[in-house]
Amino acid sequence: MCGIVGLFLKDKALEPELGRLTAAMLHEMCGRGPDSAGFAIYGSASDGTSKICAVRRASALDWADVAARLGEATGSKVTYETIEDHAIIRIDGDGVAARAWLIENVPEATVLSEGEAIEIYKGIGDPDAISQRLRLASFSGTHAIGHTRMATESAVTIAGSHPFSTGRDTCLVHNGSLSNHNRLRETLRRHGERFQTENDTEVAAGYLSWRMKEGDSLQQALEHALDDLDGFYTFVVGTRDGFAVLRDPIACKPAVMAETDAWVAFGSEFRALAALPGIDGARIWEPAPATVYAWSRS
Amino acid sequence: MSPSVRVGMKATHERQNTGLDMASLSLRQVNESLQKAEAGSFVVSHPRGAHALAAGLVSPIDVTVEGHVGYYCGGMNQEASITINGNAGTGVAENMMSGRVHVKGDASQSAGATGCGGLLVIDGNASARLGISLRGLDIVVKGSIGHMAAFMAQAGNIVVLGDAGDALGDSIYEARLFVRGKVKSLGTDCIAKEMRDEHRALLRGLLDAAGIGPEVDVSEFTRYGSARKLYNFHIDNLGSY
Repeated sequence: MCGIVGLFLKDKALEPELGRLTAAMLHEMCGRGPDSAGFAIYGSASDGTSKICAVRRASALDWADVAARLGEATGSKVTYETIEDHAIIRIDGDGVAARAWLIENVPEATVLSEGEAIEIYKGIGDPDAISQRLRLASFSGTHAIGHTRMATESAVTIAGSHPFSTGRDTCLVHNGSLSNHNRLRETLRRHGERFQTENDTEVAAGYLSWRMKEGDSLQQALEHALDDLDGFYTFVVGTRDGFAVLRDPIACKPAVMAETDAWVAFGSEFRALAALPGIDGARIWEPAPATVYAWSRS
Repeated sequence: MSPSVRVGMKATHERQNTGLDMASLSLRQVNESLQKAEAGSFVVSHPRGAHALAAGLVSPIDVTVEGHVGYYCGGMNQEASITINGNAGTGVAENMMSGRVHVKGDASQSAGATGCGGLLVIDGNASARLGISLRGLDIVVKGSIGHMAAFMAQAGNIVVLGDAGDALGDSIYEARLFVRGKVKSLGTDCIAKEMRDEHRALLRGLLDAAGIGPEVDVSEFTRYGSARKLYNFHIDNLGSY
């Protein structure tokens, strides 16, 4: 199982509604993934600062101390705010280096995302309770991806929850399971990718990050994934300006898409899309297997 | 409930065009109303992708669903005539026994899977695994179909006005497949066969039943079926297994 939702807005007027619409979509997918849930929200990019989202694994963590140590280590200005067990750390400097420092030096936290626009939040348990606790409905932004997980390949932990992000402003959610992730993880480590879990989906996220660092567009990275990833998958991928969908060649996992002049949406089932504004006039289709569907903001 | 148990029960819904609005009624309430009815016409509104809607119907009632449905709509249908004015999710009309299911939009995977009888008409496209393990249901698709259609199909007929995807009719038994467009690839033990008069008559009857007029000519179709090499293990066919 597992449930996926994605919403990519074309109409700016809907941006304040992004979180509310995503929460309603995620609600419909609770039954497909009651173990954990997570969501990525792409807000407007800020003034050159990087945002790092992290969640504490310990029952308490002194985020002020973490921010101070990070500032000292990187020589950058660091600020932070918290939402429940998550912290959004803003750094006026090299966000990639800051992410690496946090992974090395703060084992009590899991780093969820790094970038100018992306924020990722995750929790264990009932997806509705998670989106309420983390105030999903209050977020505005340009696009969002959500996931409800029924765990198969690794334990029910925050770290094993989706979305996975290993590269700047890039995230991926997955319904399915990969069979060649162990070997591919080792290959990607040799290429310099950094992994925090034993989860198969994180390897897919790392693979796309690596391909895009090598110069692939999102479309090209996903076309390469068809050759290099073995297993069952429906992926929804977000980048700072883009949104893409890919299903494995036998279309093992469900998918339905809809598009209007105002938005593009993805759902594991149609009921996730049924409440979107203008759905009655939307073009609705099932994405074909082994076919990359990609949108980007110009 | 078996049909014999219903004999002597009083019909609970005999009004014409009974409206069932899922904005206010639960899925269970709607299905219970439809399953208990012995006659009449029903219009279900605001389905919003609900699963297993109008499944397990056992009487010759008319049901029209206004909107898109989720999984297994019309599953196990006996005698009822169900029209979906929208798209259908996975497994529409799966294991139907008799009656008619008509999808006005597209159908997702495994439409009509394991169907034993009746007629399933899909006006749009159907995706993967249409009519897998078919056991007597007739399916007419006006658009195109995805991969692995008619996998291990045993009996019944599938008519496709558009194209078929990969591995059509893999490991097929005695179902008949009629495709007007291109077939991307045939599955193991599925071959093109001669269209004889009895096949042309059968196909014409299926098109008529689906409301498709003489503008669609049976001579445009190719018939596919089993090469019958996989029925029993034979060492000469090892490469085909």
